[in-house]
Amino acid sequence: MEKKKFEYPVIKRFQPGMPGKSGIQPTLEPITEINNIPIARLQEEYGSPMFLITENTIRDTYQEALQAFKSRYPKVQFAWSYKTNYLDAVCRIFHDEGSWAEVVSGFEYNKARENGIPGKQIIFNGPDKSRDDLEMAVRDGAYIHLDHFDEMYTLIELTEELKMKAKVAIRVNMDTGIYPKWDRFGFNYENGEAWEALKKIAQQEFLELVGLHTHIGTYVMSTQAYAMAAKKLAELALRAEKNLGKKIKYIDMGGGFTSMNTLKGAYHSASDTNPGFNEYADAISFAIMSAGFQQNELPVLILETGRAMIDDSGYLLGSVLATKRLTDGRRATVLDFGVNILFTSFWYDHEVHPGCEVSDYAEETTLYGPLCMNIDVIRQNLSFPLLKKGDPVVVPRVGAYNMTQWMQFITYRPNVVLLDRDGNTHIIKRKEGLEDLKRAEIIPDFLKPKE
Amino acid sequence: MKIKPNLKVNESGFLFDPTTGESYSLNDMGSIYFRMISEGRSPDEIRTLVINEYDVEASTFDKSFLDFESRLRNLRLIENE
Repeated sequence: MEKKKFEYPVIKRFQPGMPGKSGIQPTLEPITEINNIPIARLQEEYGSPMFLITENTIRDTYQEALQAFKSRYPKVQFAWSYKTNYLDAVCRIFHDEGSWAEVVSGFEYNKARENGIPGKQIIFNGPDKSRDDLEMAVRDGAYIHLDHFDEMYTLIELTEELKMKAKVAIRVNMDTGIYPKWDRFGFNYENGEAWEALKKIAQQEFLELVGLHTHIGTYVMSTQAYAMAAKKLAELALRAEKNLGKKIKYIDMGGGFTSMNTLKGAYHSASDTNPGFNEYADAISFAIMSAGFQQNELPVLILETGRAMIDDSGYLLGSVLATKRLTDGRRATVLDFGVNILFTSFWYDHEVHPGCEVSDYAEETTLYGPLCMNIDVIRQNLSFPLLKKGDPVVVPRVGAYNMTQWMQFITYRPNVVLLDRDGNTHIIKRKEGLEDLKRAEIIPDFLKPKE
Repeated sequence: MKIKPNLKVNESGFLFDPTTGESYSLNDMGSIYFRMISEGRSPDEIRTLVINEYDVEASTFDKSFLDFESRLRNLRLIENE
């Protein structure tokens, strides 16, 4: 006789009048396959945990962003923000779509060069550019975005020494009406520092002023903040042309668009509150186009959007290691990935879906990672079905920052797999091994075994 | 483990505790465990009955039973041990 299907026993106390602030928490639907590839098959082949990146989502998102801006502004150029995800395969997909490279360190610069990007398509941001980095950028004809006067003077010395011209922009920080006000990158607009920087550049024989840049924040939910920033940069550009005789070729609005991940403590889910590409494009395009430029002399609009471009394409596939009951009766589920590889769980309430079919019953649950540290909490409290050891779980929208900010701590970082448009899978970063981690270590002779 | 007297789970998995005024919802398996514990069956007896009738490994049953017992204890649905 065939046995009946077993399900985990559940007893739940009714708590009338005690829904959450947004009503009763919805139970998340299982994700049992991604682009028709079963989760079980992926984990069998590549282990657990693993990251999966879907190529078609990258390309579709890029095209969606491009269309949003191109339909409103005549000259648009995207530059892929390497720091958001600098796995070469990911960068190359963006470059294939037409993105330039936006880098913030010598390391990222070299990655971009190795990905075949010429200097004239590299935007070099960041506060830490060494003299060698700057020389490389000057020789390549890259766009150097000056962050502070120390860097400007280093570049002036360098270019005079090399007798070579450098293409430069300044990074401008400003009040855009949002909090926190980022004033650490570049030169300030309101106190006149940015204008002083432009005047200084205009006097230099070997610096060619080509652009203005700003990076007003990260996960900026206000499109009006972008409108204000674009308006201020446009004003500076027009003033530079009028008073300094320098024509600004591009305005770079940086990054900072939100993805659809919900911030911790947010009252509503991100999908209910966050702007999409069209809303950002509306605000920025209108501000520049109405600033007073001749229509045939509009500057190129550069965007370095990272998070909004890549988050949706990334999935983290993991498994349940254990379930336990906390002293207050709440359920705790221990997963095989923690904050070490899901770094963004420090600021997002990530959706965590079961990766297999489950019963309708769910319990208030805390999701822990496997690290032997108290801070290793993926979700403090969510309504989660009763999974057992070995059951798969899937975290969508993890493409941004996790594969660059992840930490190597007590274990190896996992495989990252690309699912291409034809449904084929490719390891684009293999799981680390002991030899990878030991390679850079050196044992002093006195600690080596005696002969 | 002995469940408090006067507690009965109905067919739809609803349970009311008249001593505290609290009510509870149980899924099918929870109701089965609850009834068998209420009837005074031993853990070994329940184990045999469940494993014979349901598609479950012994280790999974053991973990689920321990968890269920701890939940009853936590919800104060058992008599002082």
